Amino acid sequence: MVNYIWLGMIIFSIVVAGINGNIEAITKAALEGAGEGVKTSLHLISIIAFWLGLMRIAEAAGLIQILARIVRPLTRILFPELPRDHPALGAIIMNLSANILGLGNAATPMGLIAMQELQKINREPKTASPSMCTFLALNTSCLTLIPSTIIGIRLLHNSSDPTSVVGTTIFATACGMIVGVSVDRLMRFIYRVQGR
Amino acid sequence: MYGVIAEISRWAIPFAIFFILLIASLKGLQVFEIFVEGASEGFATAIKTIPYLVAMLVAINIFRASGAMAIIFKLLSPLLNNFGFPAEVLTHALMRPLSGSAALGIATNLISTHGPDSFIGQLVSTMQGSTDTTFYVLALYFGSVGVTKYRYAIVVGLAADLTTLIASVYIVNKIFG
Repeated sequence: MVNYIWLGMIIFSIVVAGINGNIEAITKAALEGAGEGVKTSLHLISIIAFWLGLMRIAEAAGLIQILARIVRPLTRILFPELPRDHPALGAIIMNLSANILGLGNAATPMGLIAMQELQKINREPKTASPSMCTFLALNTSCLTLIPSTIIGIRLLHNSSDPTSVVGTTIFATACGMIVGVSVDRLMRFIYRVQGR
Repeated sequence: MYGVIAEISRWAIPFAIFFILLIASLKGLQVFEIFVEGASEGFATAIKTIPYLVAMLVAINIFRASGAMAIIFKLLSPLLNNFGFPAEVLTHALMRPLSGSAALGIATNLISTHGPDSFIGQLVSTMQGSTDTTFYVLALYFGSVGVTKYRYAIVVGLAADLTTLIASVYIVNKIFG
């Protein structure tokens, strides 16, 4: 599916640019996008290296497994197919906690660790496993208690109450999370019935 | 309440570092060695995401710069206007899953034009804070392990984004409208 979305976006864009006489924008935008991708990945090296180092210590000390055990009642429902106390569960919980606290720099490396752990038990390495899809559904719709970036911007523009949007944000993201997890369940079911 | 959560956020990472190192050293682990060993994988993990992010960001950038995105906006805006959704915020709503920095730029611009305490200001603040850059996250996370078939992950992500959008409009209307 990502194949068609990707293809469709590019082909449609080039046709539109051609009709509008804006064709020179394509090459420039493509190269800028490529540059942005490389820059983002390079920036990730530092935070991923740091957190992978620290998480290796946490794993060796048995802390990730303990964390996985503590949250088992919840993860048993969300990830029934994962082995008990699997290290992926610990990483998933740490990723979600960092997201909830608005610690983006810590959340990404934890998420990548979780993906690596999930990939180890994925039967088809090129295809997303159901656990991966559930994890990403949780991750992209995850509750944020403090939207710190936007509060900073509101403060900068002299808002009389910069944190007034905390409540509305929590409500909106909670709705998204509920629907995200429900649709994930539904898709799991549909794919299983179809034997895909 | 807000103060308490902010305080927890401030302490969380220093505490995690302290706690992990403390327990590990009590167990007699060679913490420095283990850290270096783990960190040495950081480079490979980050570099592995480059082709996936390049592919995704190239498509998104072309889509924006060519004017194709503007056409999609025009098609969708009468539909969304029916739901009491202000047209100014639409660009932000559609940009949010595609590009985090571009969406933040639009949000900042709307907040400075309309004021942070206006209806549009509150709405765009809520929208910015409540959803994530779904396409970027999928490209990054799947890319880091070499998964190219996303199955239904995009459907789930976009369903959640759409719900968040509708919920934002509803709650901001109810509280600040």
